Formats: sequence, C-alpha cells, structure tokens
Amino acid sequence: MLDMSLDWAAIQTLAWTLLKIMALVVPLMLGVAYLTYAERKIIGWMQVRIGPNRVGFQGLLQPIADAVKLLMKEIIIPSGANKGLFILGPILVIAPALAAWAVIPFTDTLVLADINAGLLYVMAITSMGVYGVIVAGWASNSKYAFLGAMRSAAQIVSYEIAMGFALVGVLMAAQSLNLTDIVQGQTGGLHQWYIWPLFPLFIVYLIAGVAETNRAPFDVAEGESEIVAGFHVEYSGMAFAVFFLAEYANMILVAALTTLLFLGGWLSPVTFLPDGFIWWLLKTGFVLFLFLWFRATFPRYRYDQIMRLGWKVFIPITIVWIVVVSGMMQTPYGYLFH
Amino acid sequence: MTYTTAIFYFFAAILVFAGLRVITARNPVHAALFLVLAFFTAAGLWMLLEAEFLAITLVLVYVGAVMVLFLFVVMMLDINLDKLREGFWDYLPLAGFVSVLLMVEMALILGSRHFGLEVMGTPVPHPADYSNTKELGRLLYTDYVYAFELAAVILLVAIVAAIALTLRRRKDSKYIDPAAQVRVKRNDRLRIIKMQAVKKPQAGEGEA
Repeated sequence: MLDMSLDWAAIQTLAWTLLKIMALVVPLMLGVAYLTYAERKIIGWMQVRIGPNRVGFQGLLQPIADAVKLLMKEIIIPSGANKGLFILGPILVIAPALAAWAVIPFTDTLVLADINAGLLYVMAITSMGVYGVIVAGWASNSKYAFLGAMRSAAQIVSYEIAMGFALVGVLMAAQSLNLTDIVQGQTGGLHQWYIWPLFPLFIVYLIAGVAETNRAPFDVAEGESEIVAGFHVEYSGMAFAVFFLAEYANMILVAALTTLLFLGGWLSPVTFLPDGFIWWLLKTGFVLFLFLWFRATFPRYRYDQIMRLGWKVFIPITIVWIVVVSGMMQTPYGYLFH
Repeated sequence: MTYTTAIFYFFAAILVFAGLRVITARNPVHAALFLVLAFFTAAGLWMLLEAEFLAITLVLVYVGAVMVLFLFVVMMLDINLDKLREGFWDYLPLAGFVSVLLMVEMALILGSRHFGLEVMGTPVPHPADYSNTKELGRLLYTDYVYAFELAAVILLVAIVAAIALTLRRRKDSKYIDPAAQVRVKRNDRLRIIKMQAVKKPQAGEGEA
C-alpha cells in the first residue's frame, strides 16, 4: 500500500524540499515588499519628491504597514460575480509567478531544481499567468475589468512570441536549455556575456519583459486613466494584494532571467574578482532599476502601437537575428556567438 | 503501489474528471477552463513518462497560447444555451455513429496486439542527465528531416493562406503610418512668417 512505500527517506526528502521552498519564497516576498518601497522612493526622487518617509526610519517599515493594512481589509465579492472563479483569479496569477522560481539558479550550486529543460519550464509556467488575469477580469462581471482582461490577454500572447524567439537565440548560443549551463557558457569576463553577440535579442527580451509583466509604459491592462484599474478593479484587501505580489514577483523573475541569460548571472564581470551571489543580486537590481526608470520616464503606449511594436518590429528583429546567429555559427567566426 | 503509480492515478482521475466537465459544464467559459486543466494534467502524465520536452511544449503551446485565444473568443460570444441544446435528439444518431466509429478506430490501433505488455514491455528509466529534448531534436533533424520540413512548409502555406484570406484593404479606413510620422520635418507642418509684433499707434489716431 501507499503508506508502506512512503518510507522515512521519502518523508525526509519531502520535508527538506518544503524547507528549501520556504527558504526561497520568504526572501522573495521580502524582496517584493522592498521593491515596492524602492519603486516609490526612486520614482519619488526622479520626480523631486521625498517618497514614503513616515513609517520607520526613512519610511523603511512602509511596506509592512501596507501589508498589514491590506490584510485587515474586507474582501468584497461583487454580487454579480462568478464567486468561485473570482477567488481563483488571484491564485492563478500568483502560483505561476512563484512556481517559475523553482529553476532559477542563484549560484552554480544554489538552485532548487537543476533541471535540463529549465528555460522551457520557465517559458511554459510564465505563459500560464495570463489565465489569472483573464479569469479575474471575466469573473468580476464588470466592463472595465473585462476590457482590461482582454487587453492583457492579447498583449501577453503577442509579446510571448517575441520573448520566446529571443530565448531561442540564447539557447542556440549556449547550446543548452539548462539555466546553470547557460550561465557557465558566459564564463571569462564581461566580454563573454551573451549581451554582446545577442544585443538585439537582449533589447527585445527586456522590453518584452516589461510588456509581459504589464508594467508601464505597457500597462494598458490596468490603465487607470481609461479603465480605472483594469482587470483587478473589483478586488479589494488581500485579493488585490495577491495581484500586486504576483506583478512584482514577475518583475523580479524577468530581471533575474535577463541577468542569467544575457548578463552572466553570478559571474563576475572581471576575472580577478571572485564570482558569487552578490553579482547576481547587483545585476538583477540594476535591471529592476531599469523597470522603475522606464515607468518614471515613458508615457503609456497607445494600444495599436503596442500591437505594432510586438508583431511588426520585435518578431522580425528576433527572426532576422536568429538567422544571423545560426548562419554565423557555420562560419569560422562562429566562436563570436558562443 | 509505488509513489509514481499513486501520482499516476491522482493525475488520471483529475484528467478524466476535467474531460467529463468539459462536455457537461453548462457555462462555456467553465468548459474552456476545464479543458485547460485537462491539458495541464495530461502534461503531468507525460512528465511521468520522462517526455519532458513534449510535456512542457503541451503547456507552452496549448495551455499558454491556444487556450488563451479560445477563452478570448468564448468570453466574447453571447451564447444562448437553450438554443444550442435545441436539436440535441435530431443530431444524436449521427453523433452516435461518429463516436462508435472513433471507438472502433481506437480499438483497432490501441488493442493489446500493438500495445500489450509483451509487445511494448516496461520502459527502461533513463538516468538523470538524459536529455529528452536533445534526443528529440536529433531525431527530428536527422532521421525524420524530410517529414519535418514538409510539415513546416505546410504550416507556412496555412499561415500565408490565412492572412491572404482575411486581409482586405479598405480605402476609407484611417490608420497611421509610423514611417511617415518619423520622417516628418518641421517645414512640412510649420510656416514661419515675419511680421511686426505690434503696430505702433499713430499720433492723433483713436480719439476720434
């Protein structure tokens, strides 16, 4: 029977894995909390304001105060809403945002699941996140929410293609789908990083990443000036907070992936300094800063411009560059591309 | 019962339940979401067979893209369920015939003659560093390269045909040409003329 084969060793493995998941998710959630703080501070400084500075030293406890406030608030379910799906929406958003972190390596040994098809797994899992948005928008039984969901669905599906093609370039250069191997392929200092041979793909990936996470200037899904707050307009309290957490977890995920795929992950930019997690953190932090910088700088795209950029600019660029990379690999100069 | 078998039955039960709900759910959006669950669970079963590339691709393509578009369309349709169910008994004989035909076809192929234990045997588990993706890629681009290229060309033709069939140019629709927007020069839109700022009032004028 089942209980006979589930012996002590299996239980130990299970408990150990659960502990490791906790050790990953807790710092991630803290990172999310302080990313919101960083966002408000940085955008504040960019707009010559101070930003949050009341709760705790320099406002450092502000995210905690926000979390407590959201936890205490009532979750209102609209009377016309589809109750089951309304509750399911936020869960469907946060689950993929966290599940994708399982294969992200932090150093060459520090990774929860070092699987062969890591890059494919990340793509597949992150592509599931759109369901939460659609389900939430539809189940709210509100026109604004539904419009937001429709916009988001079309946008995410469009940019996923360009993003996938950009990743094809990376896996051709690395000749592996394993994220640890992809980083190891960039060993040897700054000039070995894939950002140089794959520069067009890097730009496409970064911008498509902003679009995939529904961040400004691609935030038409929640465009507050047109459709109030888009797909999550009917959500309150913790249900809303879950959408918020997922958005920021996805932002960190895209930043971490950009770091791993194009910026050499945990590898040091110069050979005389040791590699380590600190480099991963610095690079991811820099990409996250770019996200915030974009938000403070660019006005929101018009919807038809978003579609044009995705389909008529990014996809052709990636296809051309994949042909260039694969063609160059057949020549004696192929070493430049991996 | 080993751990893997337990997981198999767990996934299989969810798959059968989700499949049943796809055809019994009254709300088409619920049906589409159950289809998503069915796909995802099927991917889990394939993962148990160590076919990680196919499993992940199933999620990526069907769950991540195809079903999103399905859901997109289903949500926008105004479906009247009673009207849909109207001719149920009229269509039943034809539908029954088609389903019996499908069953017979499946029985012919999937019988124990081709998939029995003595024919297929228990699959040998692969070591952890075995890459299913690499193996599939090698087969597709060497042994089956002609079939693969043929399929690619047929798909390309389908894409071009789909675009050609739906593309229509309307003279009266207004759209923006971004290239023209970028190329625009100041002189195309703006004309600077020289003129005196203010006319000087002449002496003795205005009072009359």
